Amino acid sequence: MCSDEVNRKRRNLIAATTVVGGAGAAATAVPFLSSWQPSARARAIGAPVEVDISDMQPGDLKRTQWQGKPVWVLRRGDETIDELARIEGELRDPDSSVEQQPAYARNEYRSLKPEYLVVVGLCTHLGCSPSYKAPDEDNDFGDDWIGGFFCPCHGSRFDMAGRVYKGVPAPTNMVVPPYKFISDNRILIGEDSSEGVA
Amino acid sequence: MICSMLRSISAVSLLLLAGIASAASDGPIYHVDVDMDDEASLQRGARLFVNYCMGCHSAKFMRYNRMAEDLGIPETVLEDNLMFGTDKVGETMQTAMPAEQAEEWFGVAPPDLTLTARSRGADWIYSYLMTFYRDPASSTGFNNLQFPDASMPHVLAELQGIKAPVYEDGDDEHIAGLETVVEGSMSDDEYARAMRDLVNFMAYISEPAQMQRYQIGFWVIFYLLILLGVVYALKRNFWRDIH
Amino acid sequence: MSRFGKAVDSTIGWIDARFPLIKMWNDHLAQYYAPKNFNFWYYFGSLALLVLVLQFLTGIWLTMNYKPSAENAFASVEYIMRDVEWGWLIRYMHSTGASAFFIVVYLHMFRAMLYGSYKKPRELIWILGMFIYLCLMAEAFFGYLLPWGQMSYWGAQVIISLFGAIPFIGEELTLWIRGDFNVSDITLNRFFALHVIALPLLLVGLVFLHIIALHEVGSNNPDGVEIKNKKDANGVPLDGIRFHPYYTVKDMVGMVVFLILFAMVVFFAPEMGGYFLEHANFEPADPLKTPEHIAPVWYFTPFYAILRAVPDKLFGVLAMGAAVMLFFALPWLDKSPVKSIRYRGWKYRGALTAFAISFVALGWLGLQAATPTYTWLARFFAVVYFGFFLLMPFYTRNDNDKTVPERVTDR
Repeated sequence: MCSDEVNRKRRNLIAATTVVGGAGAAATAVPFLSSWQPSARARAIGAPVEVDISDMQPGDLKRTQWQGKPVWVLRRGDETIDELARIEGELRDPDSSVEQQPAYARNEYRSLKPEYLVVVGLCTHLGCSPSYKAPDEDNDFGDDWIGGFFCPCHGSRFDMAGRVYKGVPAPTNMVVPPYKFISDNRILIGEDSSEGVA
Repeated sequence: MICSMLRSISAVSLLLLAGIASAASDGPIYHVDVDMDDEASLQRGARLFVNYCMGCHSAKFMRYNRMAEDLGIPETVLEDNLMFGTDKVGETMQTAMPAEQAEEWFGVAPPDLTLTARSRGADWIYSYLMTFYRDPASSTGFNNLQFPDASMPHVLAELQGIKAPVYEDGDDEHIAGLETVVEGSMSDDEYARAMRDLVNFMAYISEPAQMQRYQIGFWVIFYLLILLGVVYALKRNFWRDIH
Repeated sequence: MSRFGKAVDSTIGWIDARFPLIKMWNDHLAQYYAPKNFNFWYYFGSLALLVLVLQFLTGIWLTMNYKPSAENAFASVEYIMRDVEWGWLIRYMHSTGASAFFIVVYLHMFRAMLYGSYKKPRELIWILGMFIYLCLMAEAFFGYLLPWGQMSYWGAQVIISLFGAIPFIGEELTLWIRGDFNVSDITLNRFFALHVIALPLLLVGLVFLHIIALHEVGSNNPDGVEIKNKKDANGVPLDGIRFHPYYTVKDMVGMVVFLILFAMVVFFAPEMGGYFLEHANFEPADPLKTPEHIAPVWYFTPFYAILRAVPDKLFGVLAMGAAVMLFFALPWLDKSPVKSIRYRGWKYRGALTAFAISFVALGWLGLQAATPTYTWLARFFAVVYFGFFLLMPFYTRNDNDKTVPERVTDR
């Protein structure tokens, strides 16, 4: 009887120790797990970046870095803008129905302003960074080629709006990061534009 | 004449008399109360640091946005009043002065100040800031009681005014105190308070984690005491078996 | 039995058919019989194990952000202290843990000296323990260079230079240890490798051997009575109790008390007034400027004081080395038939007290600037220190020891 009493109390104490100690162990794990979160430095580097576009000519590509990823700003000439519609038949997702861009860039130019394309310069296949092939550059992509991006890793091709061609390994269009114009000559990459958002 | 001289020696300077002896052994002359809960003081200190120190010194491990967050400074105030040479709030506090140029001007590059409050101590910095005095023999025109022959000019002279040494009777070696010869924009008391703010801020940047450390520590120990109670009861229960 | 319980049982059964799981559990915990009269001094073994685990955990996490290069090391430590989430806590736990390790180990060793735990048949446990201690000193020394502050740099410089005192090969040896003409990036990089990989592996191996050796011969106790001499019909020592659950629950109490003290330092005084984290070490290493006052971290200072007390470089180094190495000889220097201080005569009691005082005094003196008075004091205490060891065969042989009881006395 007496030992039953002791045993019941003992079971309760074991349970209490397990619960309290377990809670402590879980709380101790928090600092160790949280330390894997992006550090203040990573966040500072990942902060929105400004790009000055005042000196860009049609066909120019400006490379910058945001959150450690290459981000490209491409200035498109009028001819290129017109041609974007012409080649739609060769593209996998010409209307950008897959969500690879903010709502305000879901249009035929995949951009806020038709003249300027802003994309993350990584191939949607396996993450290589494609190379830029300007419209007037020599190429062996055929007569219909209006300029665009070619991934050296596995041969994926994208057009001047970062849209993927049919028949290449990359499944989707290139990603358009959040961005906005802070003036006619300056783009802020990493912060959403209020335009086109309901 | 002696009387008028004594009157001109400020109360602050008189305190020095007691401290001079310890200055010889390089210990701090004054003591300063550092208080991380005094947010207003820390904010004032931040402003002084940015305006008077960062022309030459960096605080290269301290990020602007961390400072703003810890000291309750709104981001607009931060960007408009407290940031130099960068417009990114996540940047660290770098000085505008290139190190090579500084070395040319002062003979040594002005040291980074992020950790000075930890390496030298708050009292040392406070004593250093309080005890600049006029010294025509020095290249900067100033010398310092806490840190003799320092190569730093007295950039705070516009606030403190200019002090001249008062020597012990019949002696031109041992400085007994400092007297004001040119008034600054602050009274001695105001200057002492401002320097306390500045040192408080430097103590903060030397270890931003101290803003959370104590509070978390309190809860950790509170928890451990509960655990101790439970574990001790468990031990007592088991050890009833042992005779 | 619940379905879950059955599943657990069958899993254990499956493993046990392939690995001596139950046997190990029984041999080392559930049926390891420890004397029932352990007192306060017996907490420090399990505490040392706890600190070891803490150091491994926090150390692994520190390497995730630390950069072992002269250019980046100092900045990466500040990066951990500021930019990495909770990095400050992990770093303070590790720096406090280093000092805690020595506190715990010194008390653990003193326990052995109080109760004669190094005496036959436990000589090998003591020897292995001494190797752990040496390993720990090396681990602390290599680790102390890593923050690349002024103290790190000049501390390493001074300690490496000690090897220069060795005749003929000294200079070559220091060059080889540094891998450079001065302490440099190269030195830092190799010390990092030793600190995070080589010595921890060695340490784990030695701790394993230390425990295996202990469990082979069984624990000593405050009475110094061999409990295996009196067994019941089942072969269980009459004064023995199962380690688990009795000592596991008891050690848990000790661990929580330790953690409270540990947390007090980590959260409220991580610098511990400059003893755990030295002020000068918040200044980056500068090979052109030695800090005005340089002293090793407190756990090395008893030996450092002995080094300084000898007015000759080579003999100073030899004396310092001997001060550490003499511990190895304890089992053979002690000629007393009695283990525990409880039954020893006044000679050993007096000698041990004098030794403890001189160890602490030397530790304190090692932290002070060497004035002539302090140097003479250090010499005096160094003589007491060595006297304790070297005269031991004489004063323990015919001490007025008391009669040791057959069974343990209290509890």
